[in-house]
Amino acid sequence: MSTLVDGPLRQPRSTPVTGTPLLELHDVDVEIPLPHGRLHAVRGVSLTAYAGQALGLVGESGSGKSLTLRAAMDLLPSPAVITGGSVVVAGTDVTGMRPAQRREHISSAMAMIFQDALTALNPTMRIGDQVAEVPRQRLGMSRSAARARALDLLVQVGIRDPEQRYRAFPHELSGGMRQRVCIAIALSAEPGLILADEPTTALDVTIQKQVLDVLGRLRRDDGVGLVLVTHDLAVVSSTCSELDVMYGGRVVEEGLTEVLLSAPRHPYTAALLRSVPDPDAPVHRLLTIPGAPPDLLQPIEGCAFAPRCPAVVDRCRTERPPLASLGGPHASACWRAHEPERWPGAVGEAALEGVLR
Amino acid sequence: MTAPAVPVGPVEPLQPLQPSRLPWLRGRGGEGVLRLNPTLVIGLSLLVVIVLAGVLAPVLSPWDPVAQDLTASLQPPGNGHLLGTDQLGRDVFTRLLYAARVDLRVGALAVLFPFIIGTTLGLLAGWFGGWFDLVLMRVVDMVVAFPSFVLIIALVFALGQGTASIYIAITLVGWVAYARIVRGEVLVAKEQEYALAARASGLPTWRILLRHLLPNVLLQAFVFAMSDVVLSILAIVTLGYLGLGVPPPTPDWGSMISEGQNFVFTKWYLTAVPGLAVVVTGLALALVADGVVQRSGRR
Repeated sequence: MSTLVDGPLRQPRSTPVTGTPLLELHDVDVEIPLPHGRLHAVRGVSLTAYAGQALGLVGESGSGKSLTLRAAMDLLPSPAVITGGSVVVAGTDVTGMRPAQRREHISSAMAMIFQDALTALNPTMRIGDQVAEVPRQRLGMSRSAARARALDLLVQVGIRDPEQRYRAFPHELSGGMRQRVCIAIALSAEPGLILADEPTTALDVTIQKQVLDVLGRLRRDDGVGLVLVTHDLAVVSSTCSELDVMYGGRVVEEGLTEVLLSAPRHPYTAALLRSVPDPDAPVHRLLTIPGAPPDLLQPIEGCAFAPRCPAVVDRCRTERPPLASLGGPHASACWRAHEPERWPGAVGEAALEGVLR
Repeated sequence: MTAPAVPVGPVEPLQPLQPSRLPWLRGRGGEGVLRLNPTLVIGLSLLVVIVLAGVLAPVLSPWDPVAQDLTASLQPPGNGHLLGTDQLGRDVFTRLLYAARVDLRVGALAVLFPFIIGTTLGLLAGWFGGWFDLVLMRVVDMVVAFPSFVLIIALVFALGQGTASIYIAITLVGWVAYARIVRGEVLVAKEQEYALAARASGLPTWRILLRHLLPNVLLQAFVFAMSDVVLSILAIVTLGYLGLGVPPPTPDWGSMISEGQNFVFTKWYLTAVPGLAVVVTGLALALVADGVVQRSGRR
């Protein structure tokens, strides 16, 4: 695979993955019943996440990436429901479990952090009490042990003066501090995997880096896996070793991050890369993807990206390309995945340079 | 997980911490435990004056509120009677003070029971949804479909005169408002990320409800309760006026207005003064509610 890599590698390869995957989605469908039809938001998504691995899930708004994450965590907003496929957590299929049992099983294996750390913290509780809550309530620690554990976690996510901060309320902390607290809360349940839904989108760039550093450190030192949902390719390239690109509720390309970002084999991934602004470009014109995302209320014939695809051929409009392996972990759902050099407007090095900078 | 401390960027200075648990009692900016705003100060002051007037009634007035003196009926103000006497020769000022005790107590208790019952049911309905929510909200619709005063009067009539009947009637009618308010707030709050996070972390449901949702949905119910106290006092006043209220000779503002109406053209203060007492009490409670909302930083 490494022969395909010709850009600079920022990302140390993930630790060799062994054992049971912590999270497997098999052909998961999520539908949202609406008054005027069923919105088929996630369409047969499969993905696998291991401990110690950082998996990125990218795509534009409405591509189903957040709902995929919510489905895995059994936190779908009503009235969205899983209508097909299975969710396997730590080797056990949770799809058929009773709700209480499923909650118990999922929360012992995985934790979730959210985009807006202010609304993700209870405004009426001291942050220390929020971090100590799971150790005290679920892990059965004594009050003092839970407090000690919470202080430990606050230090671990890089909060200074934890004794003092312990008694603070969420509104008294800065955005970066709040997201650290959220990570501490996620860690308090000792999960093998953290699902993160745009955890840095609401933060400014320097704070973004600090928060991503905390997550990266947890992965390297403690082997905590990460599934990161984002639309920010720069964040993905600096954080994730594996990448799934979603479009129209489906995974359209998956593989190692550096491979996907340097030699995309799906026109949508290529288009995403082209639309990343390049600060060194002489003309500052932002390239966009023409057209609009597909209407997920309607059945989609053929490839969902076909109406916007520069490399579209007749077959794309009638027959949906399956996610087919291109060797190793790399797979693409495109009829023309084998001939990227013949796509019009092929992706050059400039795109990659822009992302990795 | 024994990772060393992660080096961090500059740490911003700590803001002073506040001991109160409920954010809307704590205020927004956060300096001081009781950062008051003018609205709240005026409202609380008025309320304190009214409560003290009731509590200190025996100290403030030498007269007995129920002792009749038919030789001194309908005296004009002055001559030892600050507001004159009523048709049975009882000191009006004294009765006004003692009535504050009765009306405030009945008003507060008549709000407390519906508040607790309605909040509990609304919390459960909003969280669990399903058939419980469906049935509860249809019951709410049925109660709301009647004019509340008519329903309260009918219930008191059926249950018989007395303060116990008033509590029961107002509770049976009043809980629906709290159930509705709290249910609506819970429907919003349970999709907030902190509620999702609490669910995701596998905490027991009772813990999520009591610790994560309840403190965040109480403000609306509290604000309504403040105005509901006034409504309850008005209900008591109305019942008293209709002869279904607090049994005589115990003074309350409603029966005072009712008894004074025969003399409204000659002794107007017999009705106007207790009426004014009701208005001022309502104003005080409304100001307290507004002040609390201002402190909470919402709306």
